[in-house]
Amino acid sequence: MLTYILRRLIQLIPVLFGVTLFVFLLMHLTPGNPAQLMAGEQAPQEVIDRIENRLGLNDPLPVQYVRFLGNVVQLDFGTSMRSNLPVMDEIRYKFFVTIELAIYSTLLSVFIGIIAGIVSAVRQYTFSDIAIMFVALFGLSMPNFWLGLMLMQWFSINLGWFPPTGWGSASQVVLPVITLGTAGAAVIARMTRSSMLEVISQDYIRTARAKGVRERVIIYRHALKNALIPVVTVLGLQFGTLLSGTVLTEQVFAINGMGRYVIDSIMARDFPAVQASIIIISVMFVFVNLIVDISYRFLNKRIDLNG
Amino acid sequence: MGSENNILRVNNLQTSFFIDGGHEIKAVDGVTFDVPEGKTLGIVGESGSGKSITALSILKLIDSPGKIKGGEINLKGENLVDKTEKAMRKIRGNTISMIFQEPMTSLNPTYTVGQQIRESYKIHQGLGKRESTEKVIEMLKLVGIPSPEKRINQYPFELSGGMRQRVMIAMALACNPELLIADEPTTALDVTIQAQILELIKELQDELGMSVIMITHDLGVVAETCDFVAVMYCGKVVEYAEVKTLFKNPRHPYTVGLLKSLPRSDIDQLELIPIKGTVPSPDNMPEGCSFAPRCPFATELCHDHLPDLLEIGDGEQIRCWIYTDDWDGDPEVKVYEP
Ligand SMILES: Nc1ncnc2c1ncn2[C@@H]1O[C@H](COP(=O)(O)OP(=O)(O)O)[C@@H](O)[C@H]1O
Ligand SMILES: [Mg+2]
Repeated sequence: MLTYILRRLIQLIPVLFGVTLFVFLLMHLTPGNPAQLMAGEQAPQEVIDRIENRLGLNDPLPVQYVRFLGNVVQLDFGTSMRSNLPVMDEIRYKFFVTIELAIYSTLLSVFIGIIAGIVSAVRQYTFSDIAIMFVALFGLSMPNFWLGLMLMQWFSINLGWFPPTGWGSASQVVLPVITLGTAGAAVIARMTRSSMLEVISQDYIRTARAKGVRERVIIYRHALKNALIPVVTVLGLQFGTLLSGTVLTEQVFAINGMGRYVIDSIMARDFPAVQASIIIISVMFVFVNLIVDISYRFLNKRIDLNG
Repeated sequence: MGSENNILRVNNLQTSFFIDGGHEIKAVDGVTFDVPEGKTLGIVGESGSGKSITALSILKLIDSPGKIKGGEINLKGENLVDKTEKAMRKIRGNTISMIFQEPMTSLNPTYTVGQQIRESYKIHQGLGKRESTEKVIEMLKLVGIPSPEKRINQYPFELSGGMRQRVMIAMALACNPELLIADEPTTALDVTIQAQILELIKELQDELGMSVIMITHDLGVVAETCDFVAVMYCGKVVEYAEVKTLFKNPRHPYTVGLLKSLPRSDIDQLELIPIKGTVPSPDNMPEGCSFAPRCPFATELCHDHLPDLLEIGDGEQIRCWIYTDDWDGDPEVKVYEP
């Protein structure tokens, strides 16, 4: 298992290379001169030249890329064109806001999704099953910005239970997390249900029953571990959706996170800020998928042999 | 037959599946047999005759839409049909154990062999990990698994089919059951392994003194391993006898048909004779004897009325009009001519 993790980490290197190269080229292949952009429309030529020299924009591209890479490794993404502050300083706080939002939403999706899925499967075709699957379908088909607006309308404006915007206090966390976590919970509930139903009809479940194992233990010990294997895969895929979901959720609830920062940076053509955001989000995505793969192998011992 | 020393007596067991809103499939419909203590009863019949459902009914492991509709399952004088689920759990894997046809899928792929056998000790004897590990190793040794200390930490996918069936047997026998139900334990295995597994079950039976129900579709297996035999056809027992008697003097035309389709070394019979016709489908059961459409001796009585399972001396039971006073066909009929 340890060698597997090590090998997977080494495999990440080319992926990260690719991401940085893409981000680098993004800046250099988009129309418009970055120095001109920084200096402003009416800046005199000599100011532009000075900026070009300072940033080394006249060096050959490979040289620039190596320099860029060197800075990225030191977490130096340059200064924001808008604020002239180091991008990293701007992002640090926002990054943790988004991470928090993503983690809470994932936890909500996983807990609610798995529990709902199990209940649905164990009580197949009963009222609880039908009700859960109806709610899941609803949660799945509802766009999350719409859900966010609805929650805000009801629980903040009409009922006044939660503040409508911001992030930080426990009461501010509730609505955004529900907004972002609902679709994932629905997907996981449906997946857990079908996976569980398939596992319950397997021969080894009958073996466990014939051994005298009580029903609760059969569900949670014998069936769930097998049923979760496909669910974990879905979880990895779901994380990509979740990240893009943070952009909308942060917009709706006016949360100062990475998602909003990316949008604002793109609008302002603030290249260093865009580059930094993309790299950080990509690294996060890649590592989450690594964690998913590792837990997948942990659950499914069979693939240990040929990997 | 003598009632003194039977560990299990099944009487007129009926198990049905209710599908598509009430449509009834009578998977088991009148199964009666005794399992004498320390002996092996064979249940033989073609695929679909209700053998597995009979076995699962004994452990009350019939899932909805299936239901035990009637009859008695007497284990040492106690009727299991009346037992609660909780009481049944104490019996499963403890007093009565079962092994299945498919060793490849009958073990949980996500737990080690050791964990799965240990669970039996935990449930029925409350043993902790350390105490039970020793017993698990002992059990694995008993069923002939080499280097059990290593095997205990392996997952099922690391074992061959034969090894897995040995693990299943070890798991079934862990708590020293009084009755082992083996549902076609060798059907899915290679021929050479089949003989080994049957031999192993016999040895363990002698060693541990348990009774066995050996379910098979192969009369050859019955001849080798069983003391008594119940022949099943379409969910019913049609003949019950001692194995010696059955092979020497089979009475039911279906049993005779089965025997004729078996290669035998004692008679110079090279030609196998298959039974004519096909098994009727569960939703199209004949009104009378279910074998009547394929039976060479069937009369109007057979087609219209179902015979009862009747005792005809010396513990033998038979479900056939020929052996009753009501028989309306040739009184001199010879069902079996050696
Ligand atoms: N889950 C089920 N639903 C409906 N019918 C079933 C089910 N399981 C078994 N049966 C019926 O019971 C009959 C006997 O099955 P089984 O006991 O498995 O036969 P076998 O003698 O091959 O073990 C089958 O022919 C089938 O029609
Ligand atoms: Mg069967």
